[in-house]
Amino acid sequence: MDLLFVLLINGLATGMLIFLLAAGLTLIFGLMDVLNFAHGGLFIWGAYSGVWMYHVTNSFTVGIAAAIVTGLVIGLVTEKVIIRPVYGNHIQQILITLGFMLVLQELIKVVFGPSQKAVAPPAFLEGSFMVGDIVLIKYRLFIILIGLVVFFVFAYIFKQTRIGLIVRAGVMNKEMVQSLGINIKLVFMVVFMVGAALAALSGILHAPYSGVIYAEMGLEFSILAFIVVIIGGMGSFKGSLVAALLVGCMQAFMAYYVPSLSLATNMLLMVIVLVFRPQGLFPVKG
Amino acid sequence: MNSLLKLNQVEAYINQYHILHNISFDVREGEVNVLLGRNGAGKTTTLRTIMGLNSVSKGTITYEGENIANEKPHIIANKGIGLVPEDQGIFADLTVGENMSVAMKQENAESTKRLEWVLELFPDLKKFWRKPGGQLSGGQKQMLAIARAYVNENELLLIDEPSKGLAPVVVEKVTESIQQMKDQTTILLVEQNFLMASQIGDRFFIIDNGETVHHGEMEALKTDKAMMKTYLGIS
Repeated sequence: MDLLFVLLINGLATGMLIFLLAAGLTLIFGLMDVLNFAHGGLFIWGAYSGVWMYHVTNSFTVGIAAAIVTGLVIGLVTEKVIIRPVYGNHIQQILITLGFMLVLQELIKVVFGPSQKAVAPPAFLEGSFMVGDIVLIKYRLFIILIGLVVFFVFAYIFKQTRIGLIVRAGVMNKEMVQSLGINIKLVFMVVFMVGAALAALSGILHAPYSGVIYAEMGLEFSILAFIVVIIGGMGSFKGSLVAALLVGCMQAFMAYYVPSLSLATNMLLMVIVLVFRPQGLFPVKG
Repeated sequence: MNSLLKLNQVEAYINQYHILHNISFDVREGEVNVLLGRNGAGKTTTLRTIMGLNSVSKGTITYEGENIANEKPHIIANKGIGLVPEDQGIFADLTVGENMSVAMKQENAESTKRLEWVLELFPDLKKFWRKPGGQLSGGQKQMLAIARAYVNENELLLIDEPSKGLAPVVVEKVTESIQQMKDQTTILLVEQNFLMASQIGDRFFIIDNGETVHHGEMEALKTDKAMMKTYLGIS
């Protein structure tokens, strides 16, 4: 029972990291119809810039802020320079964003060096505590907490604010949103930047979780994020959370019980969803 | 009477297809102007082109004296033109209230007054305020689409086939609502249902094969059987 609980906490923490990455991806796809394969590049830039600032200032909070700012800035440049010329053309989007992902990955090596970097959690999040016989690792609980805060803040924005309603409406019918006098391109840009900031946040939170960061991890993690977006339903924020937690938990349990099938199980889950519910678990209605 | 909107020799393409060949007409302030024509004549494309959703390849579209051809749709909308599209464009996952919130450009005394007026006109919208738009009936969706366009102080409403797919009793209700709006805003209506169009229209423009071929007073068209047969297929 204790083991199951520990695995569950591990799964939820991994799931929350994937959720932060997938949330931006699903919004960008749902609203802008853009397949952004460069999303993993924002994840690694968030991780590296955040860790660099964390080490320079010795403050993890400043590191998180730096990662978010990096995400916003790279997001702005990516949307304006890379994405804007290829709106409406999926093939070009895949090619250019995949290429840009590789550029971002290689730039990491140029700026921060090619070797892996070790990252420890900040002192206040180090170690664990016991609840009964169960060992709870502080940093994992911290990730779950941040993930939940992000989810509820965004859920509030989407449900209670006009800008949130506009984004949801834009996912459903872009032309109608424009016809109501709303500058959809500006909305696109803001959503892209926020999605990029979430990816960067996921990157910096992932760094102390895995203990090491390296340039190729963006591509690895973004595959999981794409699986989550497909399972949850393209454009669905809630779907991304549920699917990410599902994928995170499955990965945690499979990695313990049948390690060799860990990634294959997620792929299998995606295939099952695609066969029986191709629109995903929480489809967005047009 | 002043011309609010004037199309002059407008041509437009959808992809490689030349849809509008020569569209010219003017919409007078305070009137209901009806675009008539057979299926595929180019009526919907004309509305979409005015709204900036299709680009103009030739000609001018003048609104309040300013050429708005090829302006972005949100700029055109903010000049005071509202669109009720053929498919109603309801945001299915948003409630009726949320659909209205997205539409309302600002919340002030005037917009609140307009909202109250429109909810009085369509009590179903008030009743189903918290219901997702996708769960409304066809008629209620049409009412929501019209209400959404009307709630802002738009001087011109472009309404595309409001009677399409609706039961006769609902068509009557929609007709009545457009008649009431007529006092407060100018309307350019696309309508296949000639009975409805003739009840509320002041003037008509017939579009055939992407060209405006006739125009005049609606009263005159009602008695012109030959024209109705030739261009509208009504005998």
